[in-house]
Amino acid sequence: MNPKNFNRLFFEPIQGATLSHSEAAEIFNKDEARTDWHDETLWFVREKRDKAVRQISEWEQLRTLGSDIKDHTLSNLDNYLTEFEKNAQANGIKIHWAIDAEEHNEIILRIIREQKVHQVVKSKSMLTEECHLNDFLSQRGVEVVDTDLGERIVQFRNEPPSHIVLPAIHLKKQDVSETFHEHLGTEKGNNDPQYLTEAARQHLREKFIKSQLAITGVNFAIASTGGFVVCTNEGNADMGAHAAKIHIACMGIEKIIPKAEHLGVFLRLLARSATGQPITTYSSHFHQPRAGQQMHIIIVDNGRTKQLGRPDFRSSLKCIRCAACFNTCPVYRRSGGHSYHTAVAGPIGSILNPNLDMKANADLPFASTLCGSCSNVCPVKIDIHVQLYKWRQELVSEGYTATGKKVAMKGMAFVLSHPSIYRIAGKMGRWMMRAFPFIMNNKSINPWYKQRDMPEAPKQSFRDWYKKNKQ
Amino acid sequence: MSSREKILGAISTNKPALIELPVIDIKSTSNLAADWVDQFIKILESIGGKVIQLSSIDLIKKEIQQAKIGGEYIVNTLPILGEVNTEINSTMEASLLETVDRAYIEGSLGVAENGSVWLYENQIKNRLLPFICQHLVICLSINKIVPNLHEAYKQIDVAKEGYGVFLAGPSKTADIEQSLVIGAHGARSLLVYLISE
Amino acid sequence: MKVGLFIPCYVDQFYPKVAVATLELLEKLDCEVVFPLNQTCCGQPMANSGFASLSEGCDKNFVANFGEVDYIVSPSGSCVLHVKEHLHDQDEIKASHIRRHIYELTEFIVDVLKVENITASFPYKVGMHISCHGQRGLHLSSMSELSAPAFSKPAYLLNRVKGLQLSEPKRVDECCGFGGTFCVFEEAVSVKMGKDRITEHALNEVEYITGVDVSCLMHLEGILKRQGSKVKTIHIAEILNSH
Ligand code: SF4
Repeated sequence: MNPKNFNRLFFEPIQGATLSHSEAAEIFNKDEARTDWHDETLWFVREKRDKAVRQISEWEQLRTLGSDIKDHTLSNLDNYLTEFEKNAQANGIKIHWAIDAEEHNEIILRIIREQKVHQVVKSKSMLTEECHLNDFLSQRGVEVVDTDLGERIVQFRNEPPSHIVLPAIHLKKQDVSETFHEHLGTEKGNNDPQYLTEAARQHLREKFIKSQLAITGVNFAIASTGGFVVCTNEGNADMGAHAAKIHIACMGIEKIIPKAEHLGVFLRLLARSATGQPITTYSSHFHQPRAGQQMHIIIVDNGRTKQLGRPDFRSSLKCIRCAACFNTCPVYRRSGGHSYHTAVAGPIGSILNPNLDMKANADLPFASTLCGSCSNVCPVKIDIHVQLYKWRQELVSEGYTATGKKVAMKGMAFVLSHPSIYRIAGKMGRWMMRAFPFIMNNKSINPWYKQRDMPEAPKQSFRDWYKKNKQ
Repeated sequence: MSSREKILGAISTNKPALIELPVIDIKSTSNLAADWVDQFIKILESIGGKVIQLSSIDLIKKEIQQAKIGGEYIVNTLPILGEVNTEINSTMEASLLETVDRAYIEGSLGVAENGSVWLYENQIKNRLLPFICQHLVICLSINKIVPNLHEAYKQIDVAKEGYGVFLAGPSKTADIEQSLVIGAHGARSLLVYLISE
Repeated sequence: MKVGLFIPCYVDQFYPKVAVATLELLEKLDCEVVFPLNQTCCGQPMANSGFASLSEGCDKNFVANFGEVDYIVSPSGSCVLHVKEHLHDQDEIKASHIRRHIYELTEFIVDVLKVENITASFPYKVGMHISCHGQRGLHLSSMSELSAPAFSKPAYLLNRVKGLQLSEPKRVDECCGFGGTFCVFEEAVSVKMGKDRITEHALNEVEYITGVDVSCLMHLEGILKRQGSKVKTIHIAEILNSH
């Protein structure tokens, strides 16, 4: 039995062709040099973050503020949303509400059809990834051009982004070079990032100029002014939004903040946590459409109100999508974003996605050692690792666990509640196989033994020694 | 029931009891304006911008004149720097703006902690201009530098105009193997003239 | 002061020397130590697998064994953290006494006994492995993610051991990848994480890797042995108890 089958004893297999996190991670780790490269590249980002936050003496105070402002906002979310709506409408922005991904996509399609638009550009928006907007539109004959460089690269390759801030972080420059050679006709074998970026710049400038409709995400929406902020380094959100006749901004309900002064806290936290920059190159504040332009905002629920109703997990809605938890996660760095089989990967994805679909994402809360580094880097102090632990309890109590595991755990609980049985069982080493599978004697099915030796069993246990020497 | 009502209804059922909004009480570490200027320069240069301190704007005027003679498409939006390019307005086509080599615009305020400059829509004339031009030059009064973003948000009114931006350095990306490349989609360079006239 | 020694099940069975060292060390430091014979486990293996709901009997047994001592001390930061955060019982008075008085060995020596001198001698190059639950959960040492002053209770003690040369790996507090059942359910990532820790320690040319958690060390030991490495693992109690 290989480890894959071993895991099947303990986890319900995910339906369809999707590999579970551990299966995909095992494949990822087959190329160890590449795993090392991925790990080091992301660790480098974590180090840049550390350096940047150490320059701000009030960093921990800022995190507390960020966390508290978000807690407050979630506790008054409906009022802030209606305040935002009223002010945005007064600014000349059209507001739409979408209960789920489908409605979000339909609203966009309707605007595209009504306005007879053919050229659509989109800057980075994890919400549109979550809603699978690109697939939805392309199936209906609308071509969307992703304009963030990383997103354009993965779009050419027909892959989803593997990271919410650095979408193509799983690719090497050789991969990008081949992709651009194929799609943009760049020189074969020219791997120079400068050269490749310049090619994308030329290619996308043409798209920007021709596009009629631009879709962007929203980093923060300000209730008191009815405006919103979009942050990029490349300038692609602005190039798209300012060139097109129609701008659609998509936001989850949790993007609201009460007032503009709160941007001072969040913009200080965001880029430092994300990439170690003091601020993103462009932090654009949109309040009104420009003369002759249409501006729409789609406010999306898609499971968020449900998460708000789960006291243990609601604080996951405080997330500002900086990806610091990805970069610090030792598991993410060594398994890659695609192993998480969801739009938002990494530690935060593992506590958001079970809310959307428990069955399909039952493996994710287990893709962690609960080391807690994620919670420490999180700029809004989400207790991510605590929620991973709580999701495990939730998944088990909802029945998303394989029978093998249930039986094993029940047996273990019985032994541990009965000291006399425990002592006999301990001697025989039998129940230990369940508690600590690395002690399993059968080396051929024991995943511990694949790359690790077993601990040597000493002649006597501590208990025996104690009875002999101390009593 | 509309989606709007459903969403708002679900929130009001599911939200926790009201939690108080905290007061932002961050003190800036230095109170010396001179330090802020130093920090502004240091940080902006560390993120790829260039800063030149000037006590007179004559130099900029001359620079613009010379470049225009050289045949570059230079856009000046500041009357104090000479003739203003009146063709730049809010409805100018992107394809025309794309030909701008260098644009001179005025900044409202600079932020020492992150090297950014706040630009109002009326200062940039067309929202695309600071992004689509190949090279961007911002003129900023040295007295307009504040220590941090908290102070900046006290001084600007984000909703005063339809659009405004904190701009920090030239457009950049590190999407290919984390190698920093300057000049992604926006301006390839940013020069800030800090003017103490 | 009466100290109840809590020895996690796998330590009892596979690493009795760590338990002996812990007991001897505490006795050297003038504690009256008892080992309640009916103890079993803290219940963490079940809880981390999502079965905390089954831990009632286990918790009850824990309270029955440790409800009467002044302090509970264990050479495993991870188990201590679990008890501190999750132990509950019908007898909530005793359960809460236990939660407030359970200590990982080094924090007990530093914070409760306030020991300033260690008589041990261990003339080797030793690499410090920081276990996540001890560090981020029990705050045995400062955390690299936070902007806060640096400290380390285990290193404070090790730096007082004669002849010992302590080193830190480049990534001072990255997880070793043990993670309870993670070590088998996510075998590939678990092993890779362990190998990477070992590589960094090897760069420091250490002879031993030490830490406050037997589980992490067991995982690292399994990899070291498979690699045929000369580097050994040793629990901090064994070092502090050496002569
Ligand atoms: S959970 Fe926290 S660290 Fe992770 S992406 Fe969200 S804000 Fe950033």
